[in-house]
Amino acid sequence: MIKHMWMAVLAALFAAATAQAQETIKIGVNEPLTGAVAASGTYVTNGARIGAEVVNSRGGVLGKKIELVIEDNKSNPKEAVDAAEKLILRDKVPVMIGAWSSTFTLAVMPKLIEYGVPLIVETSSSGKITVSGNPWVFRISPTSEMEAVAFLEKLSSFNPPIKKADFLSVNNDFGRGAAAEFAKALASKGVKIGVTETMTPEATDLSAQLAAIKKSDGDALFVTTGVEQVTLVIKQAAEQRLTQRIITTGGAFPDQMIANAGPAGMASYHILFFSPWSADKAKYPDVAKVYVDEWNKKKWEFAGLTEGFRGYDAVMTAVEAIKIAGKAEPDAIRQALWKTKLHGVNGDIAFIKQGPEGKESGQSVPNVYIVMLKEGKVTQP
Amino acid sequence: MDQILQHGLNGVVLGGTYALLGIGLTLVFGIMRVVNFTHGELYAFGAYLAYLFVALLHLDFFLSIALAALAGFALGAVIELVLLRPLRTDDIDTVMLVMIGAWIALQNGEQFVWGGVAKLVPSPFAQEPLVFGPVSVLPLRLFVLAVTLVLLVAFYLLIDRTRLGMAMRATFQDRDTAALMGVDVKGIYTLTFALGSSLAAIAGALLGPIFLVNPTMGNLVGLKAFAIVILGGLGNITGATIGGFVLALVEEFGAGYLSSEYRDAFGFVVIIAVLALRPQGFFALKGRVG
Repeated sequence: MIKHMWMAVLAALFAAATAQAQETIKIGVNEPLTGAVAASGTYVTNGARIGAEVVNSRGGVLGKKIELVIEDNKSNPKEAVDAAEKLILRDKVPVMIGAWSSTFTLAVMPKLIEYGVPLIVETSSSGKITVSGNPWVFRISPTSEMEAVAFLEKLSSFNPPIKKADFLSVNNDFGRGAAAEFAKALASKGVKIGVTETMTPEATDLSAQLAAIKKSDGDALFVTTGVEQVTLVIKQAAEQRLTQRIITTGGAFPDQMIANAGPAGMASYHILFFSPWSADKAKYPDVAKVYVDEWNKKKWEFAGLTEGFRGYDAVMTAVEAIKIAGKAEPDAIRQALWKTKLHGVNGDIAFIKQGPEGKESGQSVPNVYIVMLKEGKVTQP
Repeated sequence: MDQILQHGLNGVVLGGTYALLGIGLTLVFGIMRVVNFTHGELYAFGAYLAYLFVALLHLDFFLSIALAALAGFALGAVIELVLLRPLRTDDIDTVMLVMIGAWIALQNGEQFVWGGVAKLVPSPFAQEPLVFGPVSVLPLRLFVLAVTLVLLVAFYLLIDRTRLGMAMRATFQDRDTAALMGVDVKGIYTLTFALGSSLAAIAGALLGPIFLVNPTMGNLVGLKAFAIVILGGLGNITGATIGGFVLALVEEFGAGYLSSEYRDAFGFVVIIAVLALRPQGFFALKGRVG
């Protein structure tokens, strides 16, 4: 009697568990939570978490809750590929978000074609991602080219004007691509191009590169790398008394320098795709407000809002596509993404075709903001 | 010309901490014949403690460094007592594997406790650099240089002028004879490992505020410590000291004039060169410990 009762209880529990498991729609998240660019990856993932919570609080999608399956790609392209395969094969996610750095995303892209799963690219900026003929790629972040062109519109807000620009980039697709695009854009407006220095993603001592840049005598230094290295560059540039104004590209913001400010009088400029310090000026302030409020409720680092929104917008995009598709199935979602239009924290999200005909990738055209960080305070320049 | 001075100064400051790391490692290898893979992790441990004491507990900066040194000493002693002492009679390969396991455990432990995001340790010094002609340097770096020089001198005095130092040198030269002479060899081993770990922790606590603190920071540093030890000769403290400064200067000038991207590779070029040209290290003839 007792033996049968045990089995009945176990069977009931098992049935309940599987029934519970069938109630969620999974979205894969492939981000660097450890390693050289862990700061940004963590922010993006937190933004995605908030996105999932907001969606679930509104009833989920297609009658089910969404569940984020988060894999750490350890700031490493090979791990990014492994993480993608794990998400696709073990967790059977119908759509993925990731993988932060252009290098990791480019490494993952062949797997998308192999297994037929769409990827929403939330941060990577290399032009190669959307023009290499991969129909499973949909990017909501701007390419470096878009960022550079948008920056040109703000060029006049710099006083004294920028006459000669130097570059310091991390030596991967992200850094090199951004340096090339910005050099091209600035040159088209008559700005002289000085030196271009590079650094490995894990480098912590950049004195050699900064010494070479100091000799160049430019008046602006464009820095493209992750939050950690941006912090180190600013600190070490102050130490070497660089005269160039530092302008960071790609959306990185050195959040720890708000509490630990640099020397008096030193200012740095940051190109962002969302500025929480002027959230009311976002294109859709009501959307931004939901995101910012939920983030603040969790008492997370305020400056992380500058990157967290990428995860948030990516999740919202995925959910909207699932809704249009009517089912949580990879190819249906891929087709639905072409019809997806929504109001994101950054602005409008809608995909235009890019790349070779018949195999186009999707690219959205986002907004760009610039902020100035001086002595621990953030303002519009 | 002014760049040479700047590079030289940067190299000397960094060299001091490299010397501390090198001494810690060469001591353990020379006296105990243990390939200490946890050395880099003690460096990271020291840096995280500096973060804990200064940023989270708001203790005095200088006190924090002293506490980090003590904690490094304690952790080193624990590792020796728990992992190494039971293995005393085993061959070098087993010990190496155990050390690698401890390395992985420590690093993942750090990641588990602190997360993967790099931390910034606030420094009590002014952020404005001091300017001496064409050279500029943060007060923090000068402080690091001063502390490392004091520690190097103190260490030499310990090894050269104290009974304890004599016991350590004796154990290094001939373990069995030292034991016959009444030296507590087991105790010397524990002390040596703890001391070496403490030096690594201090180096981490000093460099933490200059760079950033993250769980994998010990990897590259641990490997560079090996380069220094090979350069200076295994067990040769003078060699490790000089080797530390040499490596830092090679890195600085190499990065400044050859290739800034391959800065961290110069250490490995040094290892290859030394092993090819003079495998016993450059200072082998100058005598061993002390």
